[in-house]
Amino acid sequence: MLKFLFTKLAMIVPTFIGVTIASFAFIRLLPGDPILLMAGERGVTPERRAELERIMGFDRPLWEQYFSFLGDLLQGDLGVSIVTKAPVMEEFLGRFPATVELSVIAIIFATVIGLPAGVIAAVRRGSVFDHTVMGFSLTGYSMPIFWWGLLLIILFSGILEWTPVSGRISFLYFFEPVTGFMLIDTLLADQPGAFGSAVMHLILPAVVLGTIPLAVIARQTRSSMLEVLGEDYVRTARAKGLSPLRVVGVHALRNALITVVTVIGLQVGVLLAGAILTETIFAWPGIGKWMIDSIARRDYPSVQGGLLLIASIVMVVNLLVDLTYGLINPRIRHER
Amino acid sequence: MTTANSSSIQVGTLRHSLFEFWSYFRENPGAVAGLYFVVLVLLSALFADVIAPHDPTVQDRDALLLPPVWQEGGSWDYLLGTDAVGRDLFSRILYGARFSLFIGLMVVTLSMSAGVMLGLVAGYFRGRIETAIMRLMDVILAFPSLLLALGLVAILGPALINAMIAIAVVLLPHFVRLTRSSVMVEKDKEYVIASRLAGAGHMRLMLNTILPNCMAPLIVQATLSFSTAILDAAALGFLGMGAQPPTPEWGSMLAEAREFILRAWWVVTFPGLAILLTVLSINLMGDGLRDALDPKMKRS
Repeated sequence: MLKFLFTKLAMIVPTFIGVTIASFAFIRLLPGDPILLMAGERGVTPERRAELERIMGFDRPLWEQYFSFLGDLLQGDLGVSIVTKAPVMEEFLGRFPATVELSVIAIIFATVIGLPAGVIAAVRRGSVFDHTVMGFSLTGYSMPIFWWGLLLIILFSGILEWTPVSGRISFLYFFEPVTGFMLIDTLLADQPGAFGSAVMHLILPAVVLGTIPLAVIARQTRSSMLEVLGEDYVRTARAKGLSPLRVVGVHALRNALITVVTVIGLQVGVLLAGAILTETIFAWPGIGKWMIDSIARRDYPSVQGGLLLIASIVMVVNLLVDLTYGLINPRIRHER
Repeated sequence: MTTANSSSIQVGTLRHSLFEFWSYFRENPGAVAGLYFVVLVLLSALFADVIAPHDPTVQDRDALLLPPVWQEGGSWDYLLGTDAVGRDLFSRILYGARFSLFIGLMVVTLSMSAGVMLGLVAGYFRGRIETAIMRLMDVILAFPSLLLALGLVAILGPALINAMIAIAVVLLPHFVRLTRSSVMVEKDKEYVIASRLAGAGHMRLMLNTILPNCMAPLIVQATLSFSTAILDAAALGFLGMGAQPPTPEWGSMLAEAREFILRAWWVVTFPGLAILLTVLSINLMGDGLRDALDPKMKRS
């Protein structure tokens, strides 16, 4: 197991270095003069220009710039936002809980519906239910989620007036954030109605963000269940006279879950990409919206830091998924 | 005489395999429906200037936000209604098909040709060059697709062509990985060894001997990438980083329609529906292709 762990870790290091080089190169690849770009349309005085160059470190050789970038990075310093003048790391961490909360609820939504749907579809293969689940799954997979979000807003906020259109909580409530997770903070704050408001604000974005993972999970569960249900040991369990529920629920599902759990873990990239669109539509103050706003405002240090941090998160989660997979499935561990 | 014979045999086997392919493909009603819809989109893209009742960019100041014909206040002049500046939605969607199909085609061509080349080299030569290529692909894969595309567009500047290049880069690793793994399987098979012993050079082995036998999964991947490209380009357009107004691209049409969602449902509904149906039918077709090209997969 230790060897497996080290091989995986050794593989991630070059990728991480590659990611740092890519994010480092990002600002330097921008067309034109980066200082002028950052300064905007009004231009800069020579003094301000020299100051900016010194802050950004553009007056030093490239390799030196890279290593100082790397050194700062290891200390958690990603530079300063041009727009807000706050450290990029701070900006990121302040918004990160909102995205995590949204993503966690979205993946719970996707799993709670997708997993049982996939299992039942596999057990009743070829039935109307199976065809319906597969049809919905393919539709969900093909869904432009930004449009899906707008449609849900038209229906639930416009026509039915059940849910709010944007934000995380009603303006009626105000309290100091403790954890950054609105669902927990509203419970801690002990303001009647606040928790309900947070839930109502969360429902539509979570459904929109969870749609593609839902489709993927349902499809994957169905196909792994079908594979497992055809195995000899399942037939043996059936032949022993075990109840169908026990055969499916205990014998088959446990093994089918191995691949499903992996697929759920790999959705983190999908979720973070989806968060960009979902947060833009619902004005959700998370890192997705922050990235879009930073690009629009040409706040390139923020974009650079965001790219790097998001890629690192995806890499770490994928590594954890890989390791878990190796932990629950010994065949993978001993492969190489 | 012998060449004529062998070529007629080749034509015969080609016809036979096409026939076999079609008989498998036909078994999947979803795939056939998908194919019909894709053909429909293709025809409307090709003949947009003939079919469309209006110019997609001409504004009719007397018909702002007109509802579709079946709703009260609608007019036969504007089947699906008009947008906020009085442009015909139906015509814009027809022209939009051109952009979407063009985006899909360009992205897949770019991404697949580069990806197949890199994958071939990596799988065939192995060693350091393989490590370099594959680690680079890992870096690309570490970024969530849309985010990387956004970053690249920030560098290249917001325009449709740049969005296409960005999406092609994002999709590249899938082609590289797929080609590499197929090449590694095929490389040690006897027909390749035989060809090498007969004196075939690297280029010939890679392109003429090995590559044709790796095509089936690549074709399926190309179909899936085609739909991803359309979706991602629409998303970029929606975020204002792809096609720019007044281009009748479906994603940027949605972006323009956003402020009217609670007043005029049609300006939001129809462009999105066009994206969904096109992507869905391409995916249905892709599923059918996979089953038909690899009947063994059918069981799962």
